[in-house]
Amino acid sequence: MGDCRETIRELDAFLDGELPADVHDHIRAHLGDCVDCHQAFDFQAELKLAIRRKCNNDEMPAGLLARIEMCFDEDFDGDGIIGAPDGHETSGPS
Amino acid sequence: MADQQEFADQAMEYAPQLYSAALRMTRNRADAEDLVQEAYLRGFRSFHTFEEGTNLRAWLFRILTNAYINRYRAKQRRPQESDLGEIEDLYLYRRLGSMETAAAGMSAEEQFLDVFTDDEVKQALEDLPDNFRLPVLLADVEGFAYKEIAEMLDIPIGTVMSRLHRGRKAMQRALYDYAKARGLTTTFDEKHSDD
Repeated sequence: MGDCRETIRELDAFLDGELPADVHDHIRAHLGDCVDCHQAFDFQAELKLAIRRKCNNDEMPAGLLARIEMCFDEDFDGDGIIGAPDGHETSGPS
Repeated sequence: MADQQEFADQAMEYAPQLYSAALRMTRNRADAEDLVQEAYLRGFRSFHTFEEGTNLRAWLFRILTNAYINRYRAKQRRPQESDLGEIEDLYLYRRLGSMETAAAGMSAEEQFLDVFTDDEVKQALEDLPDNFRLPVLLADVEGFAYKEIAEMLDIPIGTVMSRLHRGRKAMQRALYDYAKARGLTTTFDEKHSDD
């Protein structure tokens, strides 16, 4: 029971690979023994993968790359003022 | 100027990822384009501060995140510490987990969550308040470590963890609401009507 509670509490950090090695191993061992916690673990792992897959696939607008590279070309002259609107780098009154 | 040419050569491959992330941040295409463009220009100008051998992708995301915070938080008088309310752990699993088990016989497990459309998942993320959205975006979509996220957002690691935890649960609640609105939960609700 105590192991189940600890596992659920630490499941996020476990999945993120952010637990100290001893805690990580302890939870991994428990997941091997406990069907209930293992099912929850599977679900959370798949959810995390689904979020990544589905939020990372937007098509870049045509021309964005070219516009960025054009900024680079223009900034090569060293005037350093392409892109960011005026006022971003000064704190004077507007 | 040679190092700037190097930047132009190495950094452009990350543009699609940066654009997707910018879209999740700004929630509209025109602002996302501006933000990516601004991030690249800032990176281009300060590439001399980039340490050779460190992670260029993380460096670019840090610039993008900073540009977003400066640009859009500056408009708010005070950052909002929005409260998402109490949501139980494993919110979605406790409601949909049995549907997954039922579906396991006919399809691979990892496809169960494909009942949610890309737009639904994007919307669930974008609807989170900034304070929660940025940690979830940087951890779950972009795969950065807590320490990297803490540096990008300039907040303690413990704060990253608590916002991540709460943001994820709020996203699960939103996804459950989509599933419910589409009638996907009917069978489950009938079985558990007295919960």
